[in-house]
Amino acid sequence: MSSLRRRLFLILLAATGLIWLCAVAWISMGSRSELEHVLDTRLKEAARMVHSLVMAGDPVQGAEKSAQKPAKDPPVQPRDLADAVPSEPGGYERQLSCQIWSFDGRLLARSSGAPDAVLAEEREGFADREVGGETWRVYTIVDPEKNVRVVVGDRIGLRDRLVRDLVAGLAAPALLAMPLLGLLIWWSLGRGLRPLNRAAEQIAAREGEDMRPIPPDGAPDEIQPLITALNGLFAKVEAARAHERDVTAFAAHELRTPLAGLKTQAQVALAAGETGVRENALRQILVSVDRSTRLVRQLLALARLDAGAPVDTRDVSIGALIRDMVAAVPHPPEVITVIDPDLDPMVRQLDPDTLTLLLRNLQENAVQNMTAGTIRWRGEGAGRLVVEDEGPGIPAEELGLVRQRFYRGRMTTAAGSGLGLAIADAAARRLGAQLDIANRTDRPGVRASVDFGSGSWSASAPIR
Amino acid sequence: MRILLVEDDPVLADGIRAGLGLAGLTVDAVTSGADAQAALAGLRFDAVVLDLMLPDGSGLDVLAALRAQQDATPVLLLTALDETPDRIRGLDAGADDYLGKPFDLDELAARLRALVRRGVGRASPLLTHGGLALDPAMLSVNLDGHAVPVSRREFAVLSMLVERPGVIRSKGELEERLYGWQEEVESNTVEVYVHNLRAKLGRDVIETVRGLGYRLRVPA
Repeated sequence: MSSLRRRLFLILLAATGLIWLCAVAWISMGSRSELEHVLDTRLKEAARMVHSLVMAGDPVQGAEKSAQKPAKDPPVQPRDLADAVPSEPGGYERQLSCQIWSFDGRLLARSSGAPDAVLAEEREGFADREVGGETWRVYTIVDPEKNVRVVVGDRIGLRDRLVRDLVAGLAAPALLAMPLLGLLIWWSLGRGLRPLNRAAEQIAAREGEDMRPIPPDGAPDEIQPLITALNGLFAKVEAARAHERDVTAFAAHELRTPLAGLKTQAQVALAAGETGVRENALRQILVSVDRSTRLVRQLLALARLDAGAPVDTRDVSIGALIRDMVAAVPHPPEVITVIDPDLDPMVRQLDPDTLTLLLRNLQENAVQNMTAGTIRWRGEGAGRLVVEDEGPGIPAEELGLVRQRFYRGRMTTAAGSGLGLAIADAAARRLGAQLDIANRTDRPGVRASVDFGSGSWSASAPIR
Repeated sequence: MRILLVEDDPVLADGIRAGLGLAGLTVDAVTSGADAQAALAGLRFDAVVLDLMLPDGSGLDVLAALRAQQDATPVLLLTALDETPDRIRGLDAGADDYLGKPFDLDELAARLRALVRRGVGRASPLLTHGGLALDPAMLSVNLDGHAVPVSRREFAVLSMLVERPGVIRSKGELEERLYGWQEEVESNTVEVYVHNLRAKLGRDVIETVRGLGYRLRVPA
């Protein structure tokens, strides 16, 4: 169900209905017990009243007397006692029935509408009796002195009807009021949800480029979390877009600057009359072409890594691979690379090309950041390869950025393109390894470590 | 004209310096925003060519700092970002012109000449004084309607004097204009160029103020 209003409406309506049902059940149960109490009391009083009338009226023929001359006396017609019983108004007339029995089982009198069947109980008090398919509630007074049993009763069915009518009287207006209540709830929900609609309109009215946070003031507390979450999302989208813009800007800079250099130098070479100027321009063109070549190579490497080209996994001797790689990376003679001989026997199932790409970019990064000093390659713990240089290190605030494409820190030389560590990072991920770039703690310099996961080194030969 | 170039790419910086040098402009090149601010604080340039993306931050920061000091030196932004919004941002930040990479060297020189011309409030592209007319675009000199061939360096010395007739230019000022920082200053060259100019334009065009320098003689 997509509409919050409809959902709330149904919930509220169902809840209201349920409460009403409970109320009806409660009222009907409560009135029933109350009614029973009242009616029972009435039965008792009526019985007492009739009994007192019997006492005050004609001497009641004793049981013996009656037994002695039953033939003489005309059969006693039960007297109609209807007048003695207060009648109920409306449909509840003749609710009470009264019988007066002699001890020998003759019906001395009965109220009109009272059944002929015996309602009386042997013992005094209340009882329920089944007579003629109906259940009666009866109260019996046993008077041994006068040899009579006075019994007053009413039908349980009538009592039920009374309760039903009472409940129906309550429920009918409620049922009639239901549509009205529904309308009221529907309208109130509309009003109550208006701030939500306002917020929605506010967001809907925004330009696609507008990533400013939604002002939280004025919005109800309930949708504050939503607004906070939306603002968080806006901030994230904005950050992602800013990052995208940065990468585009960096890329444009890195790609266009060498082209501008080439064009300018070519124009200088064409315009220069002096041989020295022309030769210098041509040499600069060569430098620029070399740098551009490297940049293109790096971009292609990144594209290959991004494309997820198939890897050729086989046993790679880490030490030998590092040695070959270091030999291939040009470096000034003042920069020395030391490879820990412990790496020589290390063998691992890897894609050698991707690993070379990873390690070469780390080596190039180290070489670029140093004018002189030592680069040290070594293994550490289970499955970690570490390279440390003796350059100036990376400013702490840039550590998180150096792996971004085209990011060039303040300390970098003009020779860097800002792609080296981005490539190393992508290559490490491709190998399922984790690249960490940090500053050395023992001295200035960068410490790059590649974690291949534990238990991953295997020695092809016993370690010294 | 003396230009400050702020560009961290060595090949491009070298090309611009050589190319603008051929066009008769003297270029001092720095590679970072901090160096640019130091140079601008200490020296006067006729114009600044500023790369937007510098190793130590944005060129816009350098521009903002320059304008905050009420320095009206014309600034031409040189950048890889040449989408319209980038241009607008740059110009609104106080730049006078904008050129996207890669660019044409001659256009850069022409724009710089125009910036400098506007900067000093001159309407004509020609520098004139009396019968002298200098065309900075062609590096040519006319005296009373006749073309006088001069070398680039001679033109630089002459144009500096013609820019402010009657104002004394010291030998140091003229040398700075001729060579910038990157070039080795040869001794006595200013004297040589002044000597050559006098030979071509007449003895009394350039006056020597003993101990102070040279000035263009203001016709009575």
